[in-house]
Amino acid sequence: MERVPAPFRCFSEWHSSEKFTDDGVETVTSVEQRKVERSIQEVISVYKQIHSLPQPTLLRDQHYQYLKKGLHHLADAYACLDASRPWLCYWILHSLELLEEPVPTSIASDVCKFLARCQSPTGGFAGGPGQAAHLAPTYAAVNALCIIGTQEAYNVIDREKLLSFLFSVKQPDGSFVMHGGGEVDVRSAYCAASVASLTNIMTPTLFQNTPTWIVSCQNWEGGLGGVPGLEAHGGYTFCGTAAMVILGKEHMLDLKTLLRWVASRQMRFEGGFQGRCNKLVDGCYSFWQAGLLPLLHRALFKEGDSTLSLQKWMFEQQALQEYILLCCQNTAGGLLDKPGKSRDFYHTCYCLSGLSVAQHFGNMDLHHELIVGQEENRLAPSHPVYNICPEKVARAIQHFHQLSVPVPAQKEGSSA
Amino acid sequence: MSATTQRSDVANKAALVQPATERPAYYRMSGIEETSHVSSGLQDERRSEEGVEEEPEIDYENPFRYMFYRDRKEWADLEPVPQDDGPNPVVKIAYSDKFTDVYDYFRALLKNDEKSDRAFTLTAEAIELNAANYTVWHYRRVLLQALEKDLREEMRYITAIIEDQPKNYQVWHHRRMVVEWLNDPSEELEFIAEILSQDAKNYHAWQHRQWVLKEYKLWDSELVYVEQLLEEDVRNNSAWNQRHYVISHTTGYSDPAILNREVQYSLKQIKKAPHNESVWNYLKGILQDRGLSSHPGLLEQILELKETHCSPYLLGFLVDIYEDSLENTSGDQEEVLSKALELCELLAQEKDTIRREYWRYVGRSLQTKYCSSDPSTTSSAPETD
Repeated sequence: MERVPAPFRCFSEWHSSEKFTDDGVETVTSVEQRKVERSIQEVISVYKQIHSLPQPTLLRDQHYQYLKKGLHHLADAYACLDASRPWLCYWILHSLELLEEPVPTSIASDVCKFLARCQSPTGGFAGGPGQAAHLAPTYAAVNALCIIGTQEAYNVIDREKLLSFLFSVKQPDGSFVMHGGGEVDVRSAYCAASVASLTNIMTPTLFQNTPTWIVSCQNWEGGLGGVPGLEAHGGYTFCGTAAMVILGKEHMLDLKTLLRWVASRQMRFEGGFQGRCNKLVDGCYSFWQAGLLPLLHRALFKEGDSTLSLQKWMFEQQALQEYILLCCQNTAGGLLDKPGKSRDFYHTCYCLSGLSVAQHFGNMDLHHELIVGQEENRLAPSHPVYNICPEKVARAIQHFHQLSVPVPAQKEGSSA
Repeated sequence: MSATTQRSDVANKAALVQPATERPAYYRMSGIEETSHVSSGLQDERRSEEGVEEEPEIDYENPFRYMFYRDRKEWADLEPVPQDDGPNPVVKIAYSDKFTDVYDYFRALLKNDEKSDRAFTLTAEAIELNAANYTVWHYRRVLLQALEKDLREEMRYITAIIEDQPKNYQVWHHRRMVVEWLNDPSEELEFIAEILSQDAKNYHAWQHRQWVLKEYKLWDSELVYVEQLLEEDVRNNSAWNQRHYVISHTTGYSDPAILNREVQYSLKQIKKAPHNESVWNYLKGILQDRGLSSHPGLLEQILELKETHCSPYLLGFLVDIYEDSLENTSGDQEEVLSKALELCELLAQEKDTIRREYWRYVGRSLQTKYCSSDPSTTSSAPETD
């Protein structure tokens, strides 16, 4: 394991020279970027004043208290996520597993029972009890149940109905709508591929044409947009790429231009990642963007690439950790987008997930750690495709592969 | 650029007071994104934990008092359906009284599959309380059709909702459905332009715009619109993407006159603002399929620019030209390879250090593939930092 002592990148004398160059041409983009850089600079300066020896610390206890409370109840401000409650379960449970905080058995069981109430009678999971099934909460619910990993958790999932739900949202062109009568975008392919592969319900026709459709989302920039034609975006690029990895078709993408695009999304001054070219840094892209590098590393390795590093991902791991630890933590617990923003469970999940990616390099046989700050900052490693801990993925796959693939009853596209 | 969401009058009358604090800043993936705030370090987190004060029931300014559905005589026939969270709920949200009341009645309507005007009205209230509730939106669409509601009026409604909450998936999808039913895109380009004038990079807005353009073949003025946006902000990557979209779907890039026009346009923008990554990506994007090294005179132009308008992007572009040349030219490429490797190292060490690992990989890949005369070429070169 590599411990990174001072000097930290953001405390070095040349760090300031990495600020945005606006060439004397001010536009909304450059003005906003410089505002963010100023606020980051402020954070760094304050930190230097307080701490004679920089030692960025992950506020484990505070984050734990915040998460523990949220798992039980949430303020009414969360009413806007009333149609995403399985997401709240997943964000919180995944954050806890990264922090290596166990979830008491009774709570785990409560989560199982709650998610069971979110399951739709026609298959798939909804944003809350009594709501309609939707691929996003379906993805979140299955992930949350796999994190819990008990028999009770696995048994919640009605695999037959889940399969018929997936068929009902499948489109002839290979894409999926997010829910009956809903919109299409590449997130849906990832959600579908994720749950189908974990629960062993993949049939020969379920993902017909899906790889071709996903490939059509890769654009001139090298990244992927939400649907063909759209601007390359970190969230959608992760979803498309991870889906292709699950389907074993990642080689159909132009991996070289994809790699160039995502590597270029790391901000030279802030150290974190932006979601799109010429937009602002955001802590959540610590996962959506940085999380692509392990996927690409594996894909290139599979293709026989012999020039890949044996120790590091192709992004600045130290700089990302510094950004997250110094700029994305709320002192009362929880993580966030950037300084000045409020904390929330989504950012807590993805900042921690990104921190884990930046700390752990590895594939089958290799594991190399790079921990910025003290050893206690170390998080558990996460599976780069599913974003739950690798042991949980293995256990779920092992469990569900003992069961046979359900026989599909429903015709595809019935819910468009 | 507007930094806060603006609530419509309807919303203000009966709105829940949003705490200034922990409104879940929740990007893209499934709902509302907190719009880019000017740094408001005055976040009082504790207030959000304790709950929020509701607007008092007595509204002295307005004679129309808000009344819970459970107290309304016209709704007395319907038994509200409480949310079935179970005995030990998790992620339990402290809904306001109003929220609980409205959604108890929504659930009742859903259970009875009631298709009435009062149900239609209630969906608007439910949406107001949580515009991301896709189940409510779906039900509203069912009612729109079953009750043969005035779709023009629905357009006015959805216009107001989107103005208020432009970063929500459901509202844009709903608008698309109404436009499809009416088969009338005539308001769309102007409306989307209005939303983009508030946030020129709103992803949903661009998605809707691309759908409208393609579905109704309204390409005629789009390139002009894109140029206007680029004039306002040459760094607007969404506008550069739209430029590519329009040209791809109209003339295409095969015509050398078009390609050259685009190359010249790009070089012009580069000279104005050399450190604008978008334009460099665009230039590469339009030339890469034909091969960067095949465009006559380009290398020379870039080398010239290097003297006065250098940037990490220019250097990266040179690497790309050299790589393409190695790929597609026969004969002695040793000098090209060595130039490319030199640039990779310059980028890794000095000009683009945040991407050090990436540039070192590119260097190793080139070295391995084009077999430099250096016999020390091995796989996975040892770490040198």
